[in-house]
Amino acid sequence: MPRDLLEKTGVTVRDAGREDVVAGVRPRWVVLPETVDEVAAVLRVCAGQDLAVTPVGGGTKLHWGAPPERCDVLLDLCCLNAMIEHAAGDLVVRTQAGVTMGVLAEALGRQGQELALDTQPDATVGGTLATAVSGPRAFRHGAPRDLLIGVTVVLADGTVARSGGKVVKNVAGYDLGKLFTGSYGTLGVIAEATFRLHPLPADRRWLVAELPPAQVRAAAEALAVAQAEPSAVEIDWPGTGGPVTLAALVEGTAAEQRAHALAALTGGEVTARPPQWWGVLPDSETLVETRFAPPALDGVLDAAREHGLRLRGSAASGRLHLAPAGEVTAGRVADAVAGLRERAHAAIVLATPYEGVERWGRTGALPLMRRVKARFDPGRVLSPGRFVGGI
Amino acid sequence: MTPSTPPVTGPAIGPLTAGLVAALPAGAVITDPVRLRTYECDGLTHHRATPAVAVLPETAEQVARVVRLCNEAGVPFVARGSGTGLSGGALPREDGVLIVTSRMRRILEIDLPARRAVVEPGVTNLAITEAVREQGRYYAPDPSSQQVCSIGGNVAENSGGAHCLKYGFTVNHVEACEIVTPDGDLVTLDRMDPGYDLLGAFVGSEGTLGIATKITVRLSRVPEAVTTVLAAFESIEQGGRAVSAIIGAGIVPAAIEMMDALSIEAAEAAVACRYPAGAGAVLIVELDGPAAEVERQFERLREICSEAFELRVAADPAERAAIWKGRKSAFAAVGRISPAYIVQDGVVPRTSLPRVLAAIDRLSAEHRIRVANVFHAGDGNLHPLVLFDDAEPGAGERAEVVSGAILDLCVEHGGSITGEHGVGVDKARYMPKMFSAADLDTMQLVRCAFDPRGLSNPGKVFPTPRLCGEVPGVRRGVHPLVESGRAEQF
Repeated sequence: MPRDLLEKTGVTVRDAGREDVVAGVRPRWVVLPETVDEVAAVLRVCAGQDLAVTPVGGGTKLHWGAPPERCDVLLDLCCLNAMIEHAAGDLVVRTQAGVTMGVLAEALGRQGQELALDTQPDATVGGTLATAVSGPRAFRHGAPRDLLIGVTVVLADGTVARSGGKVVKNVAGYDLGKLFTGSYGTLGVIAEATFRLHPLPADRRWLVAELPPAQVRAAAEALAVAQAEPSAVEIDWPGTGGPVTLAALVEGTAAEQRAHALAALTGGEVTARPPQWWGVLPDSETLVETRFAPPALDGVLDAAREHGLRLRGSAASGRLHLAPAGEVTAGRVADAVAGLRERAHAAIVLATPYEGVERWGRTGALPLMRRVKARFDPGRVLSPGRFVGGI
Repeated sequence: MTPSTPPVTGPAIGPLTAGLVAALPAGAVITDPVRLRTYECDGLTHHRATPAVAVLPETAEQVARVVRLCNEAGVPFVARGSGTGLSGGALPREDGVLIVTSRMRRILEIDLPARRAVVEPGVTNLAITEAVREQGRYYAPDPSSQQVCSIGGNVAENSGGAHCLKYGFTVNHVEACEIVTPDGDLVTLDRMDPGYDLLGAFVGSEGTLGIATKITVRLSRVPEAVTTVLAAFESIEQGGRAVSAIIGAGIVPAAIEMMDALSIEAAEAAVACRYPAGAGAVLIVELDGPAAEVERQFERLREICSEAFELRVAADPAERAAIWKGRKSAFAAVGRISPAYIVQDGVVPRTSLPRVLAAIDRLSAEHRIRVANVFHAGDGNLHPLVLFDDAEPGAGERAEVVSGAILDLCVEHGGSITGEHGVGVDKARYMPKMFSAADLDTMQLVRCAFDPRGLSNPGKVFPTPRLCGEVPGVRRGVHPLVESGRAEQF
């Protein structure tokens, strides 16, 4: 009967298969709305029938987060994929959540503009926001929440709500976009988003240097405040031994000259192409993100060495992704995460097949977060159990 | 079910005041009506209310104690920093407590390698920059009132400033806030913490989600080069074309400011800024960044501004200050050419600027009310100054009509009713023009999660908010779960 009610909304429904699992949990149906109103209609049915819902975009990070306590409906937003408006003169784009970052980048690029988030091309706008995943240039341009200027969301009861707008400067009302960014589908479904854009840089150069681990922190700190103004300062450390590769990106006019100014600080080569690993998350079943104030980098590198982790990410922003380098067991993952939490502000297990690993770690305002969840999704139908504190 | 705010009666204040005196250091509780008058308004001076009590806590723990006492008594409270806000966000409640953070003004920590400073809410915006300037760092958001406005107020309002075109707003530069929640708990919201981005929701919530008691801000590097250009045009249309061309050329200046003839006249009268005579509009463009980049962008800018009849380039900080002087004095300066005025703050998509300015001209003529236009042209943030003579019968009303109609224009063109001054009491009634009932109810869910009793700065931002226990209206009906008998009303 629930399936009949879902089908009565006019939205395409199909039985879920093995390829539709959410962090190991198989939903009963996949539902494919094509409009915001259809998203609302489906959610109203789910609320009435107490069906648990997990929204999905490109599915590139569907295995991130804890397995849901229950999952009846996989709400696939792939068909909600219209680019609504690109106001090039205003450097603003409004798009539906199912548009992929690759399609968006291509359309914007034709007008000499970009959304300055470095994410996988097959990830969607909605998935990028829901997981708040940051790339190298977050150091200069900010994280997804900083470039999002307006959002349309659908709540668990089918309410369609907007906040922000299509102008960058706007302080009217609460910024629901920030609240929904990084909420892992637990507060509502992100249906549309409006972003601030940047002109495509005239030119790009990378400085690439290999340094002993003990010299990386000071080098990254020097680059981060250098007046040549790099847009990103990344590191890659493939294993427990050997040097760390440090790479900095300079964008805009006089890029070559500025990159050489950076090379004077750290040594290394200036190239016109990024290193192969640039902006790519480590490929691994178990993936950990650590966040720290930049001076804590030494401690993070120590923890990585002690626990056999490879790592990659922004040394300047204090955000790295780590993955096990050698043999992996649940116990070793738990030990590594505990070691990182001693040295960094936070270590979040984005993905792991192992149960019993504490994924999120300490957070400062969990009771308030629970209260927010209880207001937005009192029936706990949206991705229940996926998020921090079992939210 | 959460209780609604009980009506506060006079007698509740008496015992509460005794509690406050016991909880705070000597001299930190003000009940003398004459001294309370100091706090009766913020920068929006035509809204006034004398608070029942004002307190001057010195620590976060004291703020928390005050808030807990207010909760016990069911009395509303309002936080106030330096009182420079322009939308009445710090307007006191006659039935409530005003919590003034001016005694909390220590810079607690400066960590240059981490590029952070930790400060108390009463520290002024400029004091942060002054503390790190010698080390080549600064705090980027720069509202015009930065010499006096407090960082706590900046957090509440998500303040911008002339340079936010390139560098963003307060919310982009705050890393963490320790807050006292509306329940009186001390909680830290940190960007690095896992979980919901409550910090992002808190910044700009205008005191309705709690009070910031400790703020961690990001410190930026002082750019290698700064070039400030003043371009004078015969008409505002020419200036507008130059703005579009700058953006179209892929240049993101630190600031692009525009003033029209009337605001130039006012600035000239007030501070003798010596802008080129006969200008219909001046554009101030500031380029900053690596010297090599600024140099090339300036060459391009010079070509773009070919319609300008005069182009001045500041050669040193003194000349830069001279160029900015007229712009920064503009709000106060109109006092020289008009007995009274309203400072408006609205936003339109940059490409709509010419149409909106033409429409403002028509409004001005129709209602016989002069409007001086000063704006952050780069991000479409208008600050029309609506001039009137308060001695002339009906003029104030006509000015109000023009001022409100300008906000309608902003909404019609897809913009916002406020770009940086906030909603406060001034614009709560305009919120339904920009947002649907569903939008406002959804924002109210956040409010109810933080402040179920509605005691933290009530009456601001939202027009007649629902009480948190109230069943939403017909639009939403009964929650579907309740309807199907699967759950009770939450």
